[in-house]
Amino acid sequence: MNIYIYILVMAVVTYLIRMLPLTLIRGKIKSRFIRSFLYYVPYACLMAMTFPAVFFSASSMLAAIAGVIVAIILALKGKGLMTVALAASITVFLVSLIPGLI
Amino acid sequence: MKTNKSEFRTGLKDGIPIALGYFAVSFSLGIVMVAANISAVDGAVMSLTNLTSAGEFAGVRIIAAGGTLIEMVLTQFIINLRYSLMSLSLSQKLDESVTFWKKLIIAFGNTDEIFAVAMNHQKSLTLPYMVGLQSLPIVGWTAGTFLGAVASGLMPERVSIAMNVMLYGMFIAIVVPVAKKAKPVMIVASIAVGLSSLFYFVPFLKEISAGLSIIICTIAAASIGAVLFPIKDNAEEK
Repeated sequence: MNIYIYILVMAVVTYLIRMLPLTLIRGKIKSRFIRSFLYYVPYACLMAMTFPAVFFSASSMLAAIAGVIVAIILALKGKGLMTVALAASITVFLVSLIPGLI
Repeated sequence: MKTNKSEFRTGLKDGIPIALGYFAVSFSLGIVMVAANISAVDGAVMSLTNLTSAGEFAGVRIIAAGGTLIEMVLTQFIINLRYSLMSLSLSQKLDESVTFWKKLIIAFGNTDEIFAVAMNHQKSLTLPYMVGLQSLPIVGWTAGTFLGAVASGLMPERVSIAMNVMLYGMFIAIVVPVAKKAKPVMIVASIAVGLSSLFYFVPFLKEISAGLSIIICTIAAASIGAVLFPIKDNAEEK
């Protein structure tokens, strides 16, 4: 099958998922439960995607744990997204250089 | 006009860290695509039109296996269903100036990270801000995929693996400061981590696809939060 048929199908499904709720909902939602639910969604979703997957994303779990700890400490100190992301990544790289760690 | 311009610029600036993170992640996506016999150009088109990490990873696997289109539709639907929740949240924060046609544009780039940054924005969301916010990440995601495919094999694996962690670092940087200030957010985040770990390790539960488990964890943790700690009437309009 032509790969562009696959790509088109993927793109259409993904766009509709993003577009329909955005355009169909008019005005503010009145239900307090739904507004509360929607407020918590991003935090729940981001954390569910990050943990525990992050611990298996590097070449060694120790490197990943070190990266996560550095990220959390810097985030607690109020550092920006870029600083935290870069520091986590550099930490993982440096720890993965330690010989004997797999 | 002047405010439009500054809204656009603010968006661009807020998009820089996302764009850099995307560049790193899509770089490794490009490497995966080459292994599945997808060319750099085809891969770049996929990234430009889809803009979804998990969805594209799954899509590449289906293409490599010669899967059916039904399979493709179902997989994309399940893995990307979380975007509908995000779009629903986003619809509540849009400025009154955002009409139907403008929503069609904003919807295109509603990714996890763009959504998170948009929800953290101190004002209601306008089209210029959202277009600014989305442009650089779209460029980064597409260019990263293309260059990753081209450079596949030239780069030490250790570097690309370390770059992968950037995305998770960004997620942590988004959630931790809010959780530090608001205890309910910390509890909801902890519940999500706990549930997600169950889906990762417990036999039977771990058969459930990553996309579906994210949906279940998100709905469960956010519902518990909404029942235990309903937000005050104007809390979402920071």
